[in-house]
Amino acid sequence: MCTYATVQTTLEGSAKGPAGRWFHVTDGTVYFDHPVHAMAEHTLNIDFADPSRGPAARVAVELTAASARDLVAAIQAALESAPAELRR
Amino acid sequence: MISGHGGDEVEAYLARPSDEGSRGGVVVIHHMPGYDRGTKEITRRFAELGYDAICPNLYWREGPGAAPDDAAATARAQGGVPDERLIGDVGGAAAYLRALPSSNGKAGVIGYCSGGRQSVLAACSLDLDAAVDCYGAFVTGTPPAEFPLKVTNLVDQLPNIRCPLLGLFGKEDSYPTPEQVAELDEILTENDKPHEFHSYEDAGHAFFATDRPSYRPAAANDGWERIEAFYATNLGG
Repeated sequence: MCTYATVQTTLEGSAKGPAGRWFHVTDGTVYFDHPVHAMAEHTLNIDFADPSRGPAARVAVELTAASARDLVAAIQAALESAPAELRR
Repeated sequence: MISGHGGDEVEAYLARPSDEGSRGGVVVIHHMPGYDRGTKEITRRFAELGYDAICPNLYWREGPGAAPDDAAATARAQGGVPDERLIGDVGGAAAYLRALPSSNGKAGVIGYCSGGRQSVLAACSLDLDAAVDCYGAFVTGTPPAEFPLKVTNLVDQLPNIRCPLLGLFGKEDSYPTPEQVAELDEILTENDKPHEFHSYEDAGHAFFATDRPSYRPAAANDGWERIEAFYATNLGG
């Protein structure tokens, strides 16, 4: 299916991208639609990107719906495990 | 390169039979994941079937020279392909085919997934001789309003469709649903627009995509036969 479902957010951080180089990440695009590579009909896809550096400045992740939910829970758990003053 | 919307130079993938002769042309509209290997294979298949075939890179402006998946991601983040630009690019591709010495003057269009909707859109706006919609969502039905991709349904435009339409769908698809396909069928019938729809059991979205788990050989093989017959009728001669 083409859900067209797309949610965007700004991000502040870094990712390791093409040619093994780190780059500054400014944008996140999250969508539930066709994967390019994952062997599932639909996946939760996340692009970590810096559009100012061109289309290739992107780290792409394609996760099954269940594993995307597991990831959300893991991120929450990791954040909550840290002292409050470190995660502002 | 072809001349697309607004006179922009747009990359395109061209596949042609090697023999001489007069023949129709097919514009292939890629799916949302972009100008990828699978779509180019489809374009070559139309050449093998005896047509001059061309697939414009609809994401060329967002990512000239970029990998197809990166260009697709960039285009999605920027809101997708505007309908007006799509019409201009498909019109440019059809004009390119009709200008080839081998052209018989006829040009059809086919699109998959988001390209299915765009194939119908092109048929409503351009002088084409045949259009094929492979499981295009939001030809009818209401797209989600909260998303940044600016897609609308085509209900208002359907009375303007200018050529016969072949629709190929999976009964297990949710985008479009069988009910949305039935609505499209009904609207075209009410408007006396020639069309032929086939909906396959045990097939969902993207059943033509040979490199995806959604591939359904029985549906895809029958679909290809329908396409061959439909184009032979409308693009031959």
